[in-house]
Amino acid sequence: MSLFVAQILNSFQLGALLFLMSAGLTLVFGIMNFLNLAHGSLFMVGAYVGATVAAKTGSFTIAIIAAIVATMLLGVVAERTLLRQLYARDHLDQVLCTFGLLLIANEAVRYIWGPSPVFINVPAMLDGTVRIFGQNYPAYRFAIIVAGIVVVLGLYLLISRTRLGMLIRAGANNANMVSALGVNIKFLNTVVFALGAGLAGLGGLLIAPLVSVQPGMGEPILILTLVVIVVGGIGSIRGALYGALIVGLIDTAARVYMQIGLLQIFERSVGQAIGPAIASMLIYILMAIVLAFRPQGLFPVKHG
Amino acid sequence: MAKLEIRELKTWIAGLVILLFAAVPIVSILTDQAFYMAQYSRIMIYALAAVALNLILGFGGMVSLGHALYIGIGAYGAGMLDFHGVTNGWLQLLAALGVGGLFATAIGAVVVRLKGMTFIMITLAFAQMGYFLAVTLRTYGGEDGRAISARSQMYLLDFSNPVVLYYAIFACLMATLWWVDRVITSRFGMAIRGSKSNERRMLALGFPTFRYKLAAYVISAQICVVAGFLLANLTLYASPSYMQWMVSAELIIMVILGGMFTVFGPVIGALVFLLLEEWLSNFHSASFPAFGELVNEHWLAVLGAFVIVVVLTARNGVYGYVGKRGRTP
Repeated sequence: MSLFVAQILNSFQLGALLFLMSAGLTLVFGIMNFLNLAHGSLFMVGAYVGATVAAKTGSFTIAIIAAIVATMLLGVVAERTLLRQLYARDHLDQVLCTFGLLLIANEAVRYIWGPSPVFINVPAMLDGTVRIFGQNYPAYRFAIIVAGIVVVLGLYLLISRTRLGMLIRAGANNANMVSALGVNIKFLNTVVFALGAGLAGLGGLLIAPLVSVQPGMGEPILILTLVVIVVGGIGSIRGALYGALIVGLIDTAARVYMQIGLLQIFERSVGQAIGPAIASMLIYILMAIVLAFRPQGLFPVKHG
Repeated sequence: MAKLEIRELKTWIAGLVILLFAAVPIVSILTDQAFYMAQYSRIMIYALAAVALNLILGFGGMVSLGHALYIGIGAYGAGMLDFHGVTNGWLQLLAALGVGGLFATAIGAVVVRLKGMTFIMITLAFAQMGYFLAVTLRTYGGEDGRAISARSQMYLLDFSNPVVLYYAIFACLMATLWWVDRVITSRFGMAIRGSKSNERRMLALGFPTFRYKLAAYVISAQICVVAGFLLANLTLYASPSYMQWMVSAELIIMVILGGMFTVFGPVIGALVFLLLEEWLSNFHSASFPAFGELVNEHWLAVLGAFVIVVVLTARNGVYGYVGKRGRTP
């Protein structure tokens, strides 16, 4: 039972991170029809900037603000200088250019912070544990879940209740029409890109105390994020949320329960060998099944 | 008349590159530099994979960002069977092709119905699946991979002799080029190219495009399996790094760099790209040592910038450029 609760919470924690990443990626894709492989680099930069600022100032709150502001600025600069030119080009060009950007980002980080991993402490206030369902759980991990929920609510309010959100929805539906109605669509694109970049940076900072911050750390999460937005339905925020929760749950549960289940069927050596192998494949198998039956994803954008 | 000259120019370039490949072992032996033979073996292996990828990418419009998976399967076919004491190369190759065929058919059945961005993302995700699978295989070295005890025994071909291995790779590349050159003008090739430009029309004409595209995908994947098998024999190593998505992206870059609408382009792309990689990673500057060191250490960033410039400016690639310029003088 205690393992079960802990695993559920862990899966929510991974889901929260995946949502922070996929919300930005899917918004950018939905509106600009643009896939940014360098999205994981923003995640990495968020972690590095946050770790550095936290070490210099000793304040985690300032680190959060710094990480978000830095990644948003970086996002705006990249969008204004290079990425904007790629919106009208075909997907192959987008993928290759952002891949080149990703290589540059990794090396820039290696140049500035050095090749060895950077570590950052969990903030003192969240160092302990919290009791949930009669079960001790690390307070910091719980805080990530809370942060995820706050972002979900914030995005929901932004998109469904504000003028900017209305424009974003309209832009996703028909960008040309929105532009013809006198909205500065280029500015809107930049705002959306910066929003996504800031969320990725926040995600990177939040995970930084739990992992080693190093060049290339954004790539594994980028791949998971791609799975999330494909499963959820490309361009849909709602899909990103459910997709993140589903992928978080399956990835976490598979690693633990596959092992336990297989150990009961096979002998120890076999179970230990194939358990992780199957667990690591499970989300991709899920993705294949989803695509086979619903190529548009589980929660596609509704038009009209 | 002008068109003929361009075609001749292209043939000349292709012929010169093939001559270069053919002559490398001779030069290598005469100058006693075994390094060149290993380097050009590697170039030809990647050229082989890039030509295979171009069959579906350039001619079929299927941008696979996951072909490194099949290179990995080929390499692990040699590596895993070697670990279990099976040194017969033909058996290793057969096993690798069998597994590769299963993977390619299953993955292909899911992906060839998809278009554009989804296709790219899904092929990438499936390749990563293979990568993580290989990482979890602790028996075969996990993340680090595993050294292969000896080159595969091919009976009539003695792979332990680097010259024989070199010309085996050369022969594979030539055979593939010849086959691709023929197939793209055949009924099969035309059906693939047709479904790239207008799939709905092809369906209306009665072509089962799904089957054609799937077949092309599987063939392209299987050639990459062969490339992976040869790569494992060259390096005597099988590791998950062969299936990193970096490798898949590099293959696409080779195709674009050389010219994705040409049969021979990817070979030139692989040659230029890998020589550039070699040059950058060993870069040194006599007059500006600090600059040389910087480039040497962070050569991947220079490569990244190079990729961006190529994509933004030279869309038709080096080899494609020759023809393009001639056609509109």
